[in-house]
Amino acid sequence: MGTPTQITDAPPPAPQPSLDKRAARGATRPGDRIFLGLSRGSGILLLVVMAAIAVFLTYRASLAISKDQGNFLTTFQWDTNLVPPNFGIAVLAFGTVVSSIVAMVIAVPVAVAIALFLTHYAPRRIRGPIAYVIDLLAAVPSIVYGLWGALVLVPNMTGLFGWLNDYFGWTGVFSWEGGAPRSMLTVGILLAIMILPIITNVSREVFRQVPQMHEEAALALGATRWEVIRMAVLPFGRSGVISASMLGLGRALGETMAVATVLSPTFDIQASLLDPGGGTFAQNIASKFGEATEFGRDALIASGLVLFVITLLVNGAARAIIARRKEYSGANA
Amino acid sequence: MSTATITPKGPGTLRGARLPKWSPYAIAAGSIALAVGIGLAGGLHSRVQWGLIAAILYVVGTYAIATAVEGKRQAKDRIATSLVWVAFLLAVIPLASLVWSTVARGLKVLDVYFLTHSMGVVADTEPGGGIYHAILGTLEQVGLATVIAAPIGVLTAIYLVEYGRGRLSQAITFFVDVMTGIPSIVAGLFILSLMLMFDMQPFGFAGSLALAILMMPVVVRSTEEMLKLVPNELREASLALGVPKWRTILKVVLPTSIGGITTGIMLSIARITGETAPVLLLVWGNAFINANPFEGAQASLPLYIYQQYANSAGSGAAYDRAWAASLTLIAFVMLLNLVARGIARWKAPKTGR
Repeated sequence: MGTPTQITDAPPPAPQPSLDKRAARGATRPGDRIFLGLSRGSGILLLVVMAAIAVFLTYRASLAISKDQGNFLTTFQWDTNLVPPNFGIAVLAFGTVVSSIVAMVIAVPVAVAIALFLTHYAPRRIRGPIAYVIDLLAAVPSIVYGLWGALVLVPNMTGLFGWLNDYFGWTGVFSWEGGAPRSMLTVGILLAIMILPIITNVSREVFRQVPQMHEEAALALGATRWEVIRMAVLPFGRSGVISASMLGLGRALGETMAVATVLSPTFDIQASLLDPGGGTFAQNIASKFGEATEFGRDALIASGLVLFVITLLVNGAARAIIARRKEYSGANA
Repeated sequence: MSTATITPKGPGTLRGARLPKWSPYAIAAGSIALAVGIGLAGGLHSRVQWGLIAAILYVVGTYAIATAVEGKRQAKDRIATSLVWVAFLLAVIPLASLVWSTVARGLKVLDVYFLTHSMGVVADTEPGGGIYHAILGTLEQVGLATVIAAPIGVLTAIYLVEYGRGRLSQAITFFVDVMTGIPSIVAGLFILSLMLMFDMQPFGFAGSLALAILMMPVVVRSTEEMLKLVPNELREASLALGVPKWRTILKVVLPTSIGGITTGIMLSIARITGETAPVLLLVWGNAFINANPFEGAQASLPLYIYQQYANSAGSGAAYDRAWAASLTLIAFVMLLNLVARGIARWKAPKTGR
């Protein structure tokens, strides 16, 4: 980054902006001025909306947090109706992170494998239709995933839960007391299914851009197909896969309805992934909103602000990785 | 080609031994048979366990046989191949189940009566009723959101591609990216905080505003991509004839890319149609028909699904309605997708290729 800024500061390119300015100023015709004004105005409006989101959420959140009796970050309760209200996001942060991690652990390897399947393994004739079906699956509304998760996936999880409890119950993470399988693990599995299409799509695009020469060179040296993938495809696509995963993570963190339908929430932290309980930011907002007073809504807005900041960071990191990759990738040369 | 003449020896000396083409099938059949045998002998009831045993036997068997005949590297290659296939088949199961259960259970109550009646006098636990009010609400909310978001999104994209230089356009590009990742419930909370300030009750248009926030960045992104595809020669030719820039954009650039822009807008409509969270916070839901999006709580299709599921206390009738509404919603979204793709193919700008 250092050198390019120095160059733009140097005198030679100085005519460049002035030329542009002249071109823009050449827009003396009223039609041009109106059109430029309109299009620039809507661009600025977008920025204003973005700023307004941050400002208003912060303002309403500050109203709630200033009256909070407990510590907003570490309190294990959500009692907004008490006379000195006592609430905190510790449980929600834990649940959000745990469900997203479970989703990522399941979804990323499977999505990468499907992307490889589509670019390197599948018979050529069925690649197009499968990619098309995956595109369509990305369009299935999350509430439908939620309904399916609650009515089809949950009843089918008891077998897996019993098996996990039998063989891995001693770890504590997979112990199960036999409640309905509306737990963090089920949520994670459902989220994994939901973010599978987006991770697959982005990874597939990246794998497709791997220079043909790299693969052919590896094949010419006698590499097997797996060795080609490991030595040519995966190193090239690594940053793309990482950013695809983070886009998926952003989705999983903010998912509301699928979690709200599947999870039976409690406001505590527990080690077991199998016992029902816990909660996430978005799920808590959706399920507590109905009976919340105005102050309760402000408290929910405060938790939404935290979610907003987290997703901004995750998405920003993903975009930064993609942008860096564009600059240095050999594929665009 | 010429190297073949340099090495006149038979190719067999240069090649390692290969397993015959039918070997994967043979190993698969063998491991399934063995797994069934183990399952019967061990008295395992779960078919899933049988499948797992068969899969493990297959992987181990393939590795052992391939190592013996072809060597370690080939064996690893075969393992990778079978793992990739397994991952693909694994992902197909839930997705196929989702489509199957929605269609099979949704068709039970989906008929003309269901589409043309509301839930006005029907309790959530009783059979009967329909989704007319929800369809009406969704169409109005999504329509208003599109009327707001589509022009702003397209104009922003025009600014970025045709005019944008310097800081402002960089900032817009960055924040459009950031906005794409906003969780839908946060957009809902933003409008909610405005409504709390002005002490307003839930109404349909508030939902439209939140949906518009979610829709704008998607429209900007797709329109931008399409405008970049328009060849510069077209713009230059028009400008060289003395046509003002704004007329060049309106008469040359936009008509060339209109197919792609329409596709992008339709895909973004498909995306916001299924959004539940902001509608839950802002529109509230309503069992009666409310055709006025500017006053009073309205219903919406995704919200209807959630409320039928959540308020039904396990009643089969409500679940049936939820599935039927899901089927309607999926059909609508898929239709938008298919039409959008059709337009994209039909109106695709002719690039050099």
